[in-house]
This record gives sequence, structure tokens and C-alpha cells, in this order.
Amino acid sequence: MSKAPLNVLWLQAGSCGGCTMSLLSEGAEGLAVDFETFGLNLLWHPALSLESGGEALEVLNRVASGKTQLDILCVEGSVLRGPNGSGRFQMMSGTGRSMASWVKELAGLSQYTVAVGTCSSYGGIPAGGGNPTDACGLMYNGDRPGGLLGDGYRSKAGLPVINVSGCAPHPGWIFEVLVSLARDEFGLEDLDIFARPRLFADHLAHHGCARNEFYEYKASASVLSERGCLMEKLGCKATQASGDCNLRVWNGGGTCTNAGYTCIACTSPGFEKAKNFQETPTVGGLPVGLPVDMPKAWFVALAALSKSATPERVKKNARSSHITVPPAKGRVKS
Amino acid sequence: MTRLVVGPFNRVEGDLEVKLDISEGQVVDAWVTAPMYRGFEQILEGKTPGDALVIAPRICGICSISQSVAASRALADAMSLTPAPNGRLAANLVAAAENLSDHLSHFYLFFMPDFTRPVYEKRPWYDDVAQRFAAVKGAASQQFLPARNRLLHVIGILAGKWPHSLAIQPGGTTKAVDQGERVRLLAVVSETKRFLERVVFGDSLEAVLALETTAALKEWAGRHAASDFGRFLAIADDLKLDGLGKTPGRMMSYGAYPGDESLWLARGVWENGVQSQLDLTGVSEDPASAWLSGGPGHPFETDTLPDADKSGAYTWCKAPRLSGGVAEVGALARQSLAGHPLAQAILKQSGSTVFGRVVARLIEAARLIVEMDGWIGGFRLKDEFCTHGKMPDEVQALGTTEAARGSLGHWMVLKGGAIHRYQIVAPTTWNFSPRDARGMPGPLEQALIGASIQEGETTPAAVQHIVRSFDPCMVCTVH
Repeated sequence: MSKAPLNVLWLQAGSCGGCTMSLLSEGAEGLAVDFETFGLNLLWHPALSLESGGEALEVLNRVASGKTQLDILCVEGSVLRGPNGSGRFQMMSGTGRSMASWVKELAGLSQYTVAVGTCSSYGGIPAGGGNPTDACGLMYNGDRPGGLLGDGYRSKAGLPVINVSGCAPHPGWIFEVLVSLARDEFGLEDLDIFARPRLFADHLAHHGCARNEFYEYKASASVLSERGCLMEKLGCKATQASGDCNLRVWNGGGTCTNAGYTCIACTSPGFEKAKNFQETPTVGGLPVGLPVDMPKAWFVALAALSKSATPERVKKNARSSHITVPPAKGRVKS
Repeated sequence: MTRLVVGPFNRVEGDLEVKLDISEGQVVDAWVTAPMYRGFEQILEGKTPGDALVIAPRICGICSISQSVAASRALADAMSLTPAPNGRLAANLVAAAENLSDHLSHFYLFFMPDFTRPVYEKRPWYDDVAQRFAAVKGAASQQFLPARNRLLHVIGILAGKWPHSLAIQPGGTTKAVDQGERVRLLAVVSETKRFLERVVFGDSLEAVLALETTAALKEWAGRHAASDFGRFLAIADDLKLDGLGKTPGRMMSYGAYPGDESLWLARGVWENGVQSQLDLTGVSEDPASAWLSGGPGHPFETDTLPDADKSGAYTWCKAPRLSGGVAEVGALARQSLAGHPLAQAILKQSGSTVFGRVVARLIEAARLIVEMDGWIGGFRLKDEFCTHGKMPDEVQALGTTEAARGSLGHWMVLKGGAIHRYQIVAPTTWNFSPRDARGMPGPLEQALIGASIQEGETTPAAVQHIVRSFDPCMVCTVH
């Protein structure tokens, strides 16, 4: 690689640290090797770097004064604007300044700004309930443009904040975006309407779900731990949520739906506002949230037809925690 | 007397600031500040009880499973529901994988890099340790991170992903394990065991777990200097880490990993070498030094509400107390109360110090992997993994567990079918407690007193070791 490596600075705003924990699963030889290979130079990371206290402040001040070029600013966690706009719900320790003011200042200097996770993208779980800390994303309050930096924000390279949403995001989503930036191969056309990278947001979480046969026949689980489709009764939003979650698997083979629980649409702006995550809201027996692009009448007709045609095998397995009827009938001779 | 403010205090999970009063090269007083508040307890109010399983784990990206386990137990307690034995084993495995991953992450990523500081460049062990444990790029982290990834496959198989899973439910887990998955789990555990034996200990786990006295450990260290644990023991001996960061030593564990009849790791309190029963009705939280309103009380009866302008406050963290006194939590407490001879011997000999807290974590890592192997074998594959119950509209319920860094409790009150109150007391809330209304400082605040500060040090190495030896999780501390 002939290009100079890009300087990456990572800040944790009102975060749980889970996005970093997720990213650490990237790479067969550890993250540092992959960063180096692909031209990413980690200036400072709150969970990983040696520099602490005064040493860390020196790194931050060099960036703030422009002595060190800031290529990529990664922000993990919601920006806590309260109480009363003071930002005192999160003071950057050792600086006497709010994290919100640090993020705002540094975002004005960065070539690219990446929101890592749903919190810094849209506000996330801390913005749930009554939003006690006035939490927001960098450019969004839930699904409404705004946030800390405002709708008009553009980083020096001319892009809005890149929202690598997900709670937590897949390590690959974060890594592939950073590497694409380092390779100068990421632009406006690579973002969806909510500024999420299309490399994961062009898919629905439903794509590749191992429960698809149950979905097709509307053979539904009635309680978590049964094998049937989770959409009709148990709140699953995979047919509406962006993400290639079931196409690229997690932690060596897992996914939410394959592990038996519902997709809560954690990549979506405002996902934290849901009530009763593990139950499907219905009106007149119909789920309120229908699969993306599916007209209601079509869904009703298809559901009725497929339910009437559901094979006994699918019906029985849907209501069981184990496969009770295999596809090949009968038994091998003893 | 000079005042030193140390922050941003990194390589801890979350935000931390430490203020020190220094006189004649020694810390004479300390104040620990948790500078971030997100209001999870307020967010949970009014929610459907089951939503705690979505919200509470997201307090923390490193103890996410522990938060899941505590929430699921509070909900099970509310329904008087007994989990399916298979689900109990699966939840134990997922929690153990997180705990083990956290212990090793602490050792390799958070704690050991401080010995690569230039202040130590004249020590005989420095060159080796500096290349091995350099932050981010060290040789050890290149070996450890792939091993960690592999270990987390346990959670991938049983709970879909890490962090933040919904697989752990009040009645067990949502994923029934089949024959192939059992073998895959066994394979992951055996690979992790080999990593521990080859890299961490340089010896068989059986031999490590047979070390019962500090003399035996010292003798072992001499023979295993080329392992990472051996490297730590050599540093500890040289820098006298068994005299650094001593706390009052009143140790507490809620106990962890339920079996058919009892907990694998017992619950209790350890004080002056005497073990006693733990009475959780004696838990209280005191917001005297926190930017929070209200007075002290039991978590079933108190709230968490911000009061940012409160005078005399210096943190968002409440001061938890057990029967009015300070208590320390973590692997050293857990292993001592679970009867591990070496943990008890260290506690008796030098009290809770940097040395004991780190040794106990690695001993527990070895014990966990042995136990995990047995739990996988315990699945009855044809049986259910989850039971189901009915949530009452009005109830008080408690869920407890042990996260890697110590005791975690969720106190939940339901009214009218919704969460009326949800109070969480996390491990580092105990360890990094501020002063209570009587002015009694928390365990870390006491441990820092006497730490030596070298001339001109603005980021004192001794303070770094003491703080990180607790494996603090600040995002859990204030949630």
C-alpha cells in the first residue's frame, strides 16, 4: 500500500462499549494486524491504547490543534446533551469539558466521521423511555434529522456521518467501512437513506433466515424456544429491518433468529421506542408491521393460502423446540 | 499537598476520573468519579417486564450476558419459575464464556500493558514484557484475540451473538442444542483449554489448579517464567504487588452458576478470615456523594434520579453498603468464598491487593474451562431448554449473578403489569463506591491511599495498576 495510513481516533460517548467489544472479534490475527495491513493507524482508543490521563490528553490536543491530521473520527455511543443542554451527563474525564463539545469540535476537523452503532447513529437505547439524558445521534434524533451536528453536517471529505448502526454492529460492518475509506472507495452512493452503509443495509435481516420455510407457510412459534416463524406472534421485525445479519453470521455461526429469538430491528432509527419487544402488535389479527414492500391485501391472501397448504411436518416442527418430523420420512432398518 | 486529576482514565470499560491528594510522594486521599450517566433505571420504568431483557443487557457491552442473566432471574423470581435444566446449563455456559473472555481481555488488553511503560525500562523483565504486552500491537494480543474470538463461538452457538443477545429467558434459553452443536461446543472449549495451557500458564490446568499455597505458587512461578502468568508473577514479585492497593478486605459474592441443588460458586461474605452468610436485605445504596436526589435505602425502596447541581457530590455513582459497611466484589471474593485454597491463602497472607485480584482472575479462568466441559456433557438433548410462566401484575423480585468483575443485582418492582421500579447495583458500583453519608470511602478510594508517586509523574504507574486491578466496568457502575 503506497498511500499514507489514515489516522483513526475513537471516542466513546454515552456508550456501553459493546461496539468496540464486537469489533475486537475482527481478524484472524487480531485487529491490529488487519488495521496495519489496510492502512489504518489508530491514534487513540479509550479501551485499548496505552496512553492514559495526561498522555491521552496530549494526543487529543494535538488532533484538536491540527498538529495531527484527523482522517477518521469514530464515535461510539449516544451523545448525552442534558441536563438542560449542558452535556454534563457525560464529562470527558480530566478535561472539565462535556463529551458533546469534544465530539462537536473534532467532527469539524475530520475527513470522515463514522457513527459506530445505533446509539451514535440515531440515539439508541439511552434515548428510549422518556430519554432522561436528552440522548441523540450525531445527525439524528431517532428517525428525524438533527442530532448533535445537525442535518447539514458534512465532514471535510463532503460526506454526512456514516451510520454503521446495529446494537451492536457486526465487526465486519465496522471494519469493511473503515477499510473502504482507507482505500478511497466509499462515497455518497454507498449510503442508504438513513446514511447506513449499503454493504449491509441493502439486505433485510430476514434474508437467509433459517426459519424461512416456517415464514413461507406462516407456521408460527407461539412461545420463544419453538422453531416456527417469530414474525406473527413474537415480535420479529426481520422482514422490515435492514441488515445482512442472517447472510453473514455472528461469532462463528450465530444469528438472532437462528438462536431462537426475535429480530428487534436494532439497525433501525428509533428501534428503542418499541414497547413489548417480544410480542407482535396486531390490529384485527393482522401484524401492524408487514414485510417491506408487501401490500396488506397481498399479505392477507398469501397468509390464508399458505396456512391452508402448510405440510404437517412444518406445522408440527413450528410448535416444537426440536425437529420432531424430519423431511425424509420413515426409519433406517435396524 | 498537591492535587492531581487523572483522566481520561482509559483501558477501563467506560469513563473514569480519579482525583488524588499527594503529599511527600504518596497518595493521602482519593476521590473516584464516574462522569457519565445514561439513566437506564428511568428508561426501564413503565416498560413491559419482558423488555428488561432487551434494555438491561445494553447497559454494558462487556458484561452484557451477566446483565441478561440478572434480568432473566429477576423475571423468573417474579413468576416463581424454575428454568429447564438444559436452559440453566446453556445460560451457565454463555455466562462462563463471557466471564472467561472478560478475564483474559482484562489481563491481556487492559492490565498488562501498564508494565510496558518507560518508567520500568530498567527492570530485568522489561524488554520481554514490552514486546509481549505492548498495547494494541503486542505479540500477546495477536495470540489472545483469535483465541477470544474462538471462545466467543460458544455464545454464537448458544445465544446467536455477543454482545447483546435475547437468548437467555426466565425459563432457560431459546436455542435447543443438537448433537452436532454439542460437539462444536466441545471443540471450542478444548481449543480454549489448549490456549490456556500453552500460552497463559505453560502448564496443564490440572497442575495449575493443584497449587494451593502461596509457597507452591512461588515455586511454580520459578519454573514457568516463560508463560504469561509466569511473567506476571515475576513482575509481581519484583514490584511487590502483594503490598499494593490493599483494601479493607471485606469480600462479598452473590454466588454463581446454579446446579441441580446448589450454586457451583457459593455465596457469602468473607471478613478477617471468617466466612458468613450473605443477607441481601442488608444491601442499601446511599446517594450522599452522587449527583442524585433522595436518601439512602434498600434498592426495592429507592429511585435513581439526577440532581446535577447537588453540592458536595462528585460522581454519578451511589455508595452501596452491606449492613452499613463497605464490601468488595470480584474474582478474589468469589473464589475465596467458593473455597479455593490458593485464593483463601492469598487473602489470609496479604489481604486483597493488586496481586491477589489478578491471580484469582486467572485461577478462575482455569476453573471455568474445566467446568464448561462438564456442563456441555450434561445436556439432555431431547429435553426442553425453556419453560414458560405467567407474569403477575404486582410483585417484587430480585435477580442476582456474578459478572466477571463481581456481584450484580437487579431489584424489580412491578405494578399494574408494568415495571414500576428497576434498580441495578453493579460490581464496580461496590468497588468504586464514593463516600457515604458518614464519609466512609469506597474500596478503591481506600486502596489508593499510600500509593507512591514518582517525581514528575502525571499518570502515576502505581495508580494505574491499582485502579485496573479491579477490572472496573464503569458503564455498569452508573447505568
